[in-house]
Amino acid sequence: MITNFFEGMGAYVLLMTKVFRSPDRWKLFMRSLVHEIRILGLDSISIVVILSVFMGAVVTIQTAFQLSDDPLIPTYYIAMATRESITLEFSPTVVSLILAGKVGSNIASSLGTMRVSEQIDALEIMGVNSASFLILPKVVALVLFNPILIIMSLFLGLWGGAMAGDLLGLVPFEESIMGYRLEYIVFENAIYGLIKATVFAFIIGSVSAYSGYSVKGGAVEVGIASTNAVVRSCLAIILANYLLTDLILTS
Amino acid sequence: MIQAKGIVKSFGENHVLKGIDVDFIQGQTNLIIGRSGSGKTVFLKTILGLFEPDQGTIHYGDEVLGEMTKARRKTLRQEIGMVFQGGALFDSMTVAENIRFPLEMFAAMTEQEKDERVKFVMDRVRLEGAADKFPSEISGGMQKRVAIGRAISMNPKYLFCDEPNSGLDPETAIVIDQLIQELTHEFNMTTIVNTHDMNSVLEIGDHVVFMKEGHKVWEGTNSEVLGSTNADVEDYVFKSKLFKQVRQAFRK
Repeated sequence: MITNFFEGMGAYVLLMTKVFRSPDRWKLFMRSLVHEIRILGLDSISIVVILSVFMGAVVTIQTAFQLSDDPLIPTYYIAMATRESITLEFSPTVVSLILAGKVGSNIASSLGTMRVSEQIDALEIMGVNSASFLILPKVVALVLFNPILIIMSLFLGLWGGAMAGDLLGLVPFEESIMGYRLEYIVFENAIYGLIKATVFAFIIGSVSAYSGYSVKGGAVEVGIASTNAVVRSCLAIILANYLLTDLILTS
Repeated sequence: MIQAKGIVKSFGENHVLKGIDVDFIQGQTNLIIGRSGSGKTVFLKTILGLFEPDQGTIHYGDEVLGEMTKARRKTLRQEIGMVFQGGALFDSMTVAENIRFPLEMFAAMTEQEKDERVKFVMDRVRLEGAADKFPSEISGGMQKRVAIGRAISMNPKYLFCDEPNSGLDPETAIVIDQLIQELTHEFNMTTIVNTHDMNSVLEIGDHVVFMKEGHKVWEGTNSEVLGSTNADVEDYVFKSKLFKQVRQAFRK
């Protein structure tokens, strides 16, 4: 198992050295990039909207449930705690984990299908660097667009939290806004979240692409690769989340 | 011309190619035939450079494949057209985009020249009216013609076909065979076809190489196949009643 892990890591690094090469044709690269932004980014907006609004609402209700018994704690502190949870953890990490499922399986299955139907071999025989041609636009699209999705998720999560707090009579809307603005530090909140979003986007794109690109066999193996892509991406995100949190917040 | 000299290839303890010498002739359709597991596909991939031989050399003209620089190998790839068994068409692209793809990647042409070349190729492989269709919307025979069109769009010197007739009805298979042979003669390409379809052997086999258990056991032309007294060839070719009758008629 350990040998397999290191072999896999070695193959992943070797693949990445092939991926990060200058494209043979910039025009085709830009065309692929726009296509991937649409497939991997824009098509994920709906799930991010739904997830973020309800995630914000749930966090507010949970926090209110924990703090509302104490009359000495002002209600806008509930909003402030919600803000911290959403900006530091929930939006960048949970949304990226969900995207690892949606986008990761898409990348792995599309590349895996291209591998078993010999489309990747066809590119190689033509003299095209298939790894760079197919994977680079996907990784770049995710790295560019995932932070935008996370910014959107931050606002929607906070809005969902404020709405839920107001509708359920836990925190008035104005106090939520006051709590969100209280002791707000741009780096600790937004920038930290965006750094995580960028790193997680790279993990989702590259790990899923590796799983799909290295498929050997047929349809069953493509399915296994798709599952592996999600599992590996999620594990890598959780590990990177721990390392980044330790590195950024404690330094 | 492509020459294979003393090719040996093993995968662990599995010795697949055991010293093969063949000259593939320019302007002719060269067929590699043999049973499943005889090493045909490994041989084809070794000639293409997808596998490195353990011993022996592959020669493209005067150049040795194994001694070429990385840059030369890349340009050689642009001189090669390949038709895969399943077509290997890019399913996110239309028929015209598939044929245009090699031109977009490598050809130093204006957009108008590319348009003209795509139109020429589509006419040549008889795909008029299918330009905007996706591979999933066309028949298996048309998919093979698109694959051939994509393979010849860069006007290659070498054409490789891996089981081009698999999955096709006999009538369509003959059309594909004849198209491969016509293009080979017309553009003076060195064409290598990997097949186990005896109709193809008799129809287009200008030069036939028979392989068994990693060895080349016979070579000749399609008309010589019918008169061959080689026991292995007889055992393979004349297995069916139809071909036994063809041989009897041929000998009479």
